[in-house]
Amino acid sequence: MKFEKDVILIGFSLLVLISLAFPVGIMGEQAVYWWADGMSFVLLLLSLAIGIFKLFSPRQDLFTGLMVAIAVVIGASAPIRLIEEASTGGFSAIGLWIYVAALALLAWRAMALLSLVANKNQVIALVVPALFGIWLIYLWQVITTGFAIPSVLLPSPSEIGTAISINAATLYADFYQTVIKSVFTGFLFGCGAGFLVAILVDRVPFMQRGLLPLGSLVSAVPIVGIAPIMVMWFGFDWESKAAVIVIMTFFPMLINTLAGLEATGKIEYDLMRSYAAGYWQTLFFVRLPNALPFIFNALKINSTLAMIGAIVAEFFGTPIVGMGFRISTEVGRMNVDIVWATIAIAALVGSTFYGVLALLERRLTFWHASYRQAK
Amino acid sequence: MTETTVHIGGSLWHRLYNWKVFPVSVIVLAIIVIWYAGAVYMNSSRLIDNYERSKTDWTWEQLVEDSWSMERPILPAPDQIVVELNKTVFQKKITSKRSLVYHAWVTLSSTLLGFVFGTVLGVVLAVGIVHVQTLDRSLMPWIIASQTIPILAIAPMIIVVLGHLGLTGLVPKSIISMYLCFFPITIGMVKGLRSPGVLQLDLMKTYSATASETFWKLRIPASIPFLFASLKVAIAISLVGAIVAELPTGAVQGLGARLLAGSYYGQTIQIWSALVVASLLGMMLVWIVSLSETVVLRKMGVQPS
Repeated sequence: MKFEKDVILIGFSLLVLISLAFPVGIMGEQAVYWWADGMSFVLLLLSLAIGIFKLFSPRQDLFTGLMVAIAVVIGASAPIRLIEEASTGGFSAIGLWIYVAALALLAWRAMALLSLVANKNQVIALVVPALFGIWLIYLWQVITTGFAIPSVLLPSPSEIGTAISINAATLYADFYQTVIKSVFTGFLFGCGAGFLVAILVDRVPFMQRGLLPLGSLVSAVPIVGIAPIMVMWFGFDWESKAAVIVIMTFFPMLINTLAGLEATGKIEYDLMRSYAAGYWQTLFFVRLPNALPFIFNALKINSTLAMIGAIVAEFFGTPIVGMGFRISTEVGRMNVDIVWATIAIAALVGSTFYGVLALLERRLTFWHASYRQAK
Repeated sequence: MTETTVHIGGSLWHRLYNWKVFPVSVIVLAIIVIWYAGAVYMNSSRLIDNYERSKTDWTWEQLVEDSWSMERPILPAPDQIVVELNKTVFQKKITSKRSLVYHAWVTLSSTLLGFVFGTVLGVVLAVGIVHVQTLDRSLMPWIIASQTIPILAIAPMIIVVLGHLGLTGLVPKSIISMYLCFFPITIGMVKGLRSPGVLQLDLMKTYSATASETFWKLRIPASIPFLFASLKVAIAISLVGAIVAELPTGAVQGLGARLLAGSYYGQTIQIWSALVVASLLGMMLVWIVSLSETVVLRKMGVQPS
């Protein structure tokens, strides 16, 4: 075994040892030290032991990375347990914050070790960002509970989780109204219309010459502003939200599809000509597949635009259901945990929407240069 | 398609066709005609109701004329918007609360502040991601995920939290702009900083250049064209962010507040004129960025393609 000059891990070990000397919380009037709770002290020692073990092991493989990651998880559960037992009084708990800083170093080391092997292993390539995300949520939890931040200001992740499970029915109704009714309808019609108009415009070059310069102007226009007008035209229910989304998603789709249809090279055209292929055959077998990367680009942009459009439109008037409505009313009633629960669901829906499109893109455009080179 | 563009000195039609402005103006004209027709179509049902209620005889001519000059139309005619714009932009003093210039300035200031914040954040993140592999692996997926969260959902919370910390007014709005506009800059800069090829990096190595020299003398200059492409996207969505941020804050100033007030009181012409000003503002901002792009790239000696 050889000692390594691993600055980050040395920092981790030293900070953990320093944190032992300071109080980590208050119970009654008494300052609490780490050993007040046997279980959390054992967890702390365990993660410290793994950290020091890594200091003497030069290996940088998957196993070591996972081991350090597990040490982070073990070490992270120690303060959570302690906060349940004793209340931490913000700045009086210096030991706790030193320890959290030490854990940050350890988490960084784990991510660095894992990203070394992430190029070869796709699962690990997902573990690294997951670890980062969990670390952020953990930090949020420890800071909000540790400093006893009032939940009116910023509820802790566990409180948000409870709010989700308590209000599941309401949140589902909001989700159904906003996502299933408005977003999906608007997205389908907007993207479909953009696509069809693009093919139509492609048939008439004059339209193309006239529309393309206008398209770049439209991209500078804040189209969300159309929301109040659509609410006036189509009423408070989901139709007006879908209309906003149709308009917002139409132009990115039109512009990208037009650009995509131009992407086919002269050689491919010549080949199709030598096959005596007609316009439609060329379109379906060569030009549309070539346009797919552009179309997916538009679909991905539109997935985020659609969510924004629906929620903005709900600010201008809505029946008493919907995510935007929930946020604006519950902020007024100071039920901040429900607001954050809605935000969490919106984030989850948005990411899933985007993720599904990205997966579909990978499936359908696997032949494209940008994916071939990645392997 | 090449056949039409090769046509030199052909018929009048072909000359018009190849002249760039002509197709665009035809399309614009068509949009305006459709707009006027749409105004008649959408406003007529309410007008006909009115006529029948007051038992006046009406002709088509009168209907068309009335539908283009309603007080609160469902779809105002373009000239009504122009008149309203003239009234609120040129006739009012710019310090007046009724002047759209004043509201546009409020929105513009938070747009620009958010744009500056976003650019700094975007560039810093990109530099970190390019140089630290761990950041590339751990942070990059979250940067993409951050954009799938509908910002407006968070906007009220950002304003509540920042308001508690004593930050009110301009800063919370520009934070929302920043949240939207840092993303394209990070993506563009990562691409740009990684754009130097192996050959160029090898050349720097033969000069025994340090990492920071390679960064300042090769990577940064190589990334400038990418940076400007991103800036053009970023400034447009920074404006969207500023307008959207004014909605949940219950702001009384700014273009977003004008939209909100217009929708409360059914003032369609006010909404449309605020929209037109916002669009012009967006186009102007993008135009300024692309102008500075041309200047900077020419100074750097990039050949215009």
